Amino acid sequence: MIYDALIAPFVEFEFMRRALAAAVALSLGGAPIGVFLMLRRMSLVGDAMAHAILPGAAIGFLLSGLNLFAMTVGGLIAGFTVAILAGVVARTTDLKEDASLATFYLASLALGVTIVSIKGTNIDLLHVLFGNILAMDDPTLLVVAFNATVTLVMLAVIYRPLVIESVDPLFLRTVSRAGAPAHLAFLALVVVNLVNGFQALGTLLAVGLMILPAGIARFWSRDITGMICIAVVSAIASGYLGLVLSFQTRVPSGPAIILVATVLYVGSVLFGNVRGVIRQLFPGRHLEA
Amino acid sequence: MCTKRHFLLWLICLAQPIFVAPVQAQQPLKVVASFSILGDFVKNIGGVRVEVTTLVGPDGDVHVYAPAPADARKVADAKLLVINGLGLEGWLPRLLQASGGKAPTVTATEGIAPLKLGSDADPHAWQSVANAKKYVANIRDGLIAADPADAEVFRNNATAYLEKLDALDGEVRAAIKQIPAGRRKVISTHDAFGYFASAYGIRFIAPLGVSTESEASARDIAGIIAQIRGEKIPAVFLEKMIDPRLMQRISAETGAKVGGTLYSDSLTDEKGDAPTYIDMVRHNIRALTSALAN
Repeated sequence: MIYDALIAPFVEFEFMRRALAAAVALSLGGAPIGVFLMLRRMSLVGDAMAHAILPGAAIGFLLSGLNLFAMTVGGLIAGFTVAILAGVVARTTDLKEDASLATFYLASLALGVTIVSIKGTNIDLLHVLFGNILAMDDPTLLVVAFNATVTLVMLAVIYRPLVIESVDPLFLRTVSRAGAPAHLAFLALVVVNLVNGFQALGTLLAVGLMILPAGIARFWSRDITGMICIAVVSAIASGYLGLVLSFQTRVPSGPAIILVATVLYVGSVLFGNVRGVIRQLFPGRHLEA
Repeated sequence: MCTKRHFLLWLICLAQPIFVAPVQAQQPLKVVASFSILGDFVKNIGGVRVEVTTLVGPDGDVHVYAPAPADARKVADAKLLVINGLGLEGWLPRLLQASGGKAPTVTATEGIAPLKLGSDADPHAWQSVANAKKYVANIRDGLIAADPADAEVFRNNATAYLEKLDALDGEVRAAIKQIPAGRRKVISTHDAFGYFASAYGIRFIAPLGVSTESEASARDIAGIIAQIRGEKIPAVFLEKMIDPRLMQRISAETGAKVGGTLYSDSLTDEKGDAPTYIDMVRHNIRALTSALAN
């Protein structure tokens, strides 16, 4: 019974195994990124980036037609450009990160729509660019796995400056010059994860598996390492349970995974160790020395 | 003798402007066809004597079409209107009323016994070449009624075109014969091939319990895979419903071949695979045979 519900779908169907592998890879790469996005108050960056990649995808489309590779590379370049320009403006002027990103992504989106309309086609480019987790072929799966690996390695390299900057940027500025490069490298990782996530899995899933687990982790741990671990585990759990849900109930897989993550999030808000609602209402006994 | 011949010549010269001039000065008959396949029929029958405009052009979807003001003008200017009927052009009555056009209407499916699609008549009758011949006869008669002076041209063109359609019908039947009888089935979301299926004996099996518009769930995909394995369906034509990548996945998991695109409701533009009706039928039959052959 439990075997039928939870394991049999993966034994019987290869596409389910591939979907699960993709969900795990995406969780490993995306969830830590999400934690840092949250700590840096950039949780909505993902959605903004989804629009920022449009002109790149459109130029790729103009140059080589409906070629997924060209459109992805174009999307990456556009995403990088927007992220880096926004990062530079935020660091050198008084404009904050969110505002400068908002201006650049809106400009980028307008440019993208213009380019698409010059070509005079009404193909929904973003729709073409976005994949489906149930349709993982070998190249896409390899790309997702490769991307997760690169992300983890890069994060390990920039971990210290990134953590210090997230917590106390002024302190980092006084002791090191690593802040700016680390920040830009981090933005680059965000773009890579998003574009690959879009291509493999669709917007909702790529952004959702990045941000929601970070939100969940916030309620269970105070230190960053703990948060990252919890985020990764809850992302993987959402992916697995979401696929099972989609298999049993006909909910499309992307939304199913995000819905499971949402349920976990609501549970965490209510019952979380760290300033969860119930904890605050019933604080229990104070430990006294 | 000489004078008599001169007189005759003179008479002929005198007669020229009277008998020939009206025909030459006459504009081609303005015909409006509701969608591209009918437009192609009218072009083939009318030749240079008609000027065809189609309301739903190549690659457009005639089912969900929203008429533009320019269309109302085309209809108002038309001397003849060619429609499919059987409920295909649900938007047409309102357009006719709005445009105030008084052109006679030819219903191309007249005399065809409709199949059922759910509880309604299935309008996609043109998918059987035998029906297409009835379309041609109806359109020919309509053109002759609207422009009796060119009756001869229309009759000759129609006869020539009907011969081509006969040959096409033979081609389709010969191609289907090449496919082993047990393999004459595909899984497809196309609902436009009812007439084709009943005329030529290829089964179009709809994927079970799948709604076409929404994103597919894992259950849907698993269901399709189980169905293909269970019924041993050799090919999938699901391009209308799902992502090509998802179709590749299903194919990889079941061994069923991924069929190409089937054109059902509209022709393509000149550069496409199916710029004319005959090209469309040939393209579809090639896609089917190459997917179903051993």
